[in-house]
Amino acid sequence: MSDMFKVSSNPHIRSKVTTSSIMLAVIIALLPATGFGIYNFGIRALWVVLVTVASTLLTEFLFGLYRKKTTITDLSAVVTGLLLALNLPVSIPLWMAAMGGVFAILVVKMLFGGLGQNFMNPALAARCFLLISFPSQMTNFNCDVYTGATPLAVLKAGESVNIVDMVIGKTAGTIGETSMIAIVIGACFLLLTGIIDLKVPGSYIVSFLLFVGLFGPCGFDPAYLSAQLAGGGLMLGAFFMATDYVTRPITAKGQIVFGIFLGVLTGIFRIFGPGAEGVSYAIIIGNLLVPLIEKMTKPTAFGVGGRKS
Amino acid sequence: MAKLTFLGGIHPYDGKDLSKDKPIAEVLPKGEMVYPLSQHIGAPATALVAKGERVLAGQKIAEAGGFVSAPVYASVSGTVKVLEPRRVVTGDMVDCIVIENDGMYEDVGFYPEMPLDKMEKEDIIHCIKEAGIVGMGGAGFPTHVKLSPKNPEKIDYVIANCAECEPYLTSDYRRMLEEPEKLIGGLKIILKLFDRAQGILAVEDNKPDCIKLLKELTAGETRITVKALKTKYPQGAERQLIYATTGRQICSKNLPADVGCIVNNVDTIVSVYRAVIEGKPLMERIITVTGDAIASPRNFRVRTGTSYQDVLEAAGGFKVQPEKIVCGGPMMGFAMFDLNVPITKTSTALLAFTKDQVALMEPGPCINCGRCVEACPGRVIPSKLAEFAEYGDEEAFLQYNGMECCECGCCSFVCPAKRPLTQQIKSMRKQQLAKKKK
Repeated sequence: MSDMFKVSSNPHIRSKVTTSSIMLAVIIALLPATGFGIYNFGIRALWVVLVTVASTLLTEFLFGLYRKKTTITDLSAVVTGLLLALNLPVSIPLWMAAMGGVFAILVVKMLFGGLGQNFMNPALAARCFLLISFPSQMTNFNCDVYTGATPLAVLKAGESVNIVDMVIGKTAGTIGETSMIAIVIGACFLLLTGIIDLKVPGSYIVSFLLFVGLFGPCGFDPAYLSAQLAGGGLMLGAFFMATDYVTRPITAKGQIVFGIFLGVLTGIFRIFGPGAEGVSYAIIIGNLLVPLIEKMTKPTAFGVGGRKS
Repeated sequence: MAKLTFLGGIHPYDGKDLSKDKPIAEVLPKGEMVYPLSQHIGAPATALVAKGERVLAGQKIAEAGGFVSAPVYASVSGTVKVLEPRRVVTGDMVDCIVIENDGMYEDVGFYPEMPLDKMEKEDIIHCIKEAGIVGMGGAGFPTHVKLSPKNPEKIDYVIANCAECEPYLTSDYRRMLEEPEKLIGGLKIILKLFDRAQGILAVEDNKPDCIKLLKELTAGETRITVKALKTKYPQGAERQLIYATTGRQICSKNLPADVGCIVNNVDTIVSVYRAVIEGKPLMERIITVTGDAIASPRNFRVRTGTSYQDVLEAAGGFKVQPEKIVCGGPMMGFAMFDLNVPITKTSTALLAFTKDQVALMEPGPCINCGRCVEACPGRVIPSKLAEFAEYGDEEAFLQYNGMECCECGCCSFVCPAKRPLTQQIKSMRKQQLAKKKK
């Protein structure tokens, strides 16, 4: 036969979901939080976002040139850049933001083998790198709009906070973390499109609240708990960074274990630690335990052990 | 009550509308007919005819080569042209009997061995064995072996697999609509073999007309129930089907009979009916010819040995040049590079696609998204197994239950990175199975 047909192993059909369509969905889901950050903190927030995204994209592009393999089209670098920017204070020097972007992509991601091989969330690792390297700039939340401490720091000092402002997001903090509403809107989009599910964020938030209720200074006081929930990076971390595919366990049981671990760790850092915040460290430490958690939660194959149900 | 189903699975575009509404048409083959001696699992059959001999339709041309084997029958009248290895759908060269069709369709005359009510269990099994019936859903396991479990009195359920979960295929659907009485009759014959067993007609709920029809026709039957299953691929996979209909679970190390179940495909059961009641051996089957490159998609009654080319022409040929041709369903079928291969007892469909979805997308790195884990009906971790397979880590592959994979293709289908997970796991499984045989 003269006509040529393509041959390949089964199956011969594929779903329409691709890596880049998933990344695009995450970017869209982050837009409400980004938009609110710019509205809340002013135009400088936009510059921080643009510089960070540009630095992650450029780093990935240049590394791709060196390895002769273009990988920027999967859009994962944009997600990393955007997440990093949302985790920075608006007053950060732009060169620092750029440096964070380079660190995230080059050191945390590409040097470990690129997409899918990083063992820590690149954006959070870069944030922690900046926090350790430049503590004063990274924790300076004074800007044109707000002066003074973040709600969590106020809460830690034992004073009261305005919970309504916290839910809407009209408080000091990093660019993308302040508005619980904007983050939840984005999270709902990801949940409804099936990009993420509630296993990690649900177990994370519930276990965190339980921990804070049991060991915190105010017990199960609803006002205190809701302030802990809406304050700091918990929402952003739980829905957008703990759910990062690459650095969370792949097994269903493992995801629950991982979420609980993050909740407890965040609780410890926030209640007993020196700072008011603990989400970033909790998640990157949790990331390190993922291989172990996966090994421990290997699923039972269908029908193995026990012939009748 | 929740719908009967299993954990995992996928919902691909089903494409059944292309061919489901047209009645089954007959294809009269011309020229060469090719009969592979191995159309089943087990020992190849041994040829009974020699070059130059004249044969009739329905004449046994090859005898079963052992207990786990099946005889082969001529489906046309003509002259034996040659006995030689020919290419089959899988691409392998297999010993075949080639018959030049004389176009007269003279048959040997078909008479049932004896009336059904006079038949003992052994007679029924003998009749099925002699008719050369094998699992016609694709596996090709000789049916008489399947129907002779160690403890026949321990069989609780005989399940008719009417799920037809593969996208695009509608041959079982047409069969159920056009010849439901043969399906029910065949199931009754099989039930005669197992005194305690209940018969289940398991149909996916995307075929409400079939469910209604079968329910009406079995209204008076105490031993047969129709069960509607949730429409989801691979609902018709044997282990998933048993679980959905009876709640019993088996793994790769068990046989369905271990949990008191026997599962047979629609076409197989109809063939049992034809063999026992009409005395006809297995020499034809229903094939779906469909896909967006086929001029007029529909189902055909095809004699085994007919070439795919003939069936394609019966469907009006290609309306556009296809990029990919598949024998069987899109999830588990084989891609073909040549249409000049014979239809066998286990062929189910011929699909022609204008675009090859696989070649359109370049595989990227795994992002650990877990879609394959969610979709896997075998409840294993396909992404990890594929990685172990890629690196040849046999120990880890076995430890992570690699042998529990049923090669249904769900993982490759859902993978956003478009990795060939099923293919990698399949090749490792093949190596392991070959090792076990040694």
